[in-house]
Amino acid sequence: MLNSILWATVGGAVIGLAASWLLLAKGRVAGISGIVGGLLGPSDTQSSWRMNFLLGLLVGGAILMVTFPEAIAAPAERSMWLVAVAGALVGYGTRLGSGCTSGHGVCGLSRLSPRALVATLTFMATGFATATLLGLTGGGS
Amino acid sequence: MSRFIAPFVAGLVFALGLGISGMTDANKVIGFLNLAGDWDPSLAFVMVGAIGVHLALYRIILRRKSPLFGDTFDIPTRRDVDPQLIGGAAVFGIGWGLGGFCPGPGLVSLAGLGTFAAVFVGFMLLGMVAHKRVHRPTQAA
Repeated sequence: MLNSILWATVGGAVIGLAASWLLLAKGRVAGISGIVGGLLGPSDTQSSWRMNFLLGLLVGGAILMVTFPEAIAAPAERSMWLVAVAGALVGYGTRLGSGCTSGHGVCGLSRLSPRALVATLTFMATGFATATLLGLTGGGS
Repeated sequence: MSRFIAPFVAGLVFALGLGISGMTDANKVIGFLNLAGDWDPSLAFVMVGAIGVHLALYRIILRRKSPLFGDTFDIPTRRDVDPQLIGGAAVFGIGWGLGGFCPGPGLVSLAGLGTFAAVFVGFMLLGMVAHKRVHRPTQAA
């Protein structure tokens, strides 16, 4: 557990550095759902940096897969159809709510934004409620 | 050149941070969100690390007149809390609790997981497109 907490804090700090670098270099907020969602429309002046960021995210995943493969794991207690529903809800919800764990949870809270605080408390609450309910009922697989 | 490399590096480092922190292990995320099981609170420290770093650097970076490779800082300024924010965050949280993926880890996992990550990301993109169709004249933070 202590080890886990240490890795979580260090990894979090690295995420904070990445978000800070994007702000310093491009003046933009590292919100993943906003970056991906922005690429789904017609291309504009923001498309190039968004595409490059996304490419970096995918290459980073490939590096993890080679150097630290146990870091990436699929949900063992969830069926494929549940993951499909989860994907659709995450896509729709993050766009409707203007952000996800990164945009609201990391960048927004660091700016002390009231919108980000409300959004983060809300998605944490429904996230805990959903996973706990599934855990109690043995649902999911 | 740095205009293209800078966001790429941000994305890459962001992905490594997610991997180091444990966020790309969907079972760990579910173990964090499921309060009924053998609760693993360590992922709360991802926020501690990320916000700790970004909160401090954010203030220093914004003392500059402009970013290194851009004209202006483009930071969300809205402070109002509307039903879309709360509803969207609630829907996102349900999806997060169902699948154990939020947008960043889903994309990073594409490198390693095969079907689960591909299904999650595919349906996430569908959800984002659906939002775009339903709420045509909106913008994201």
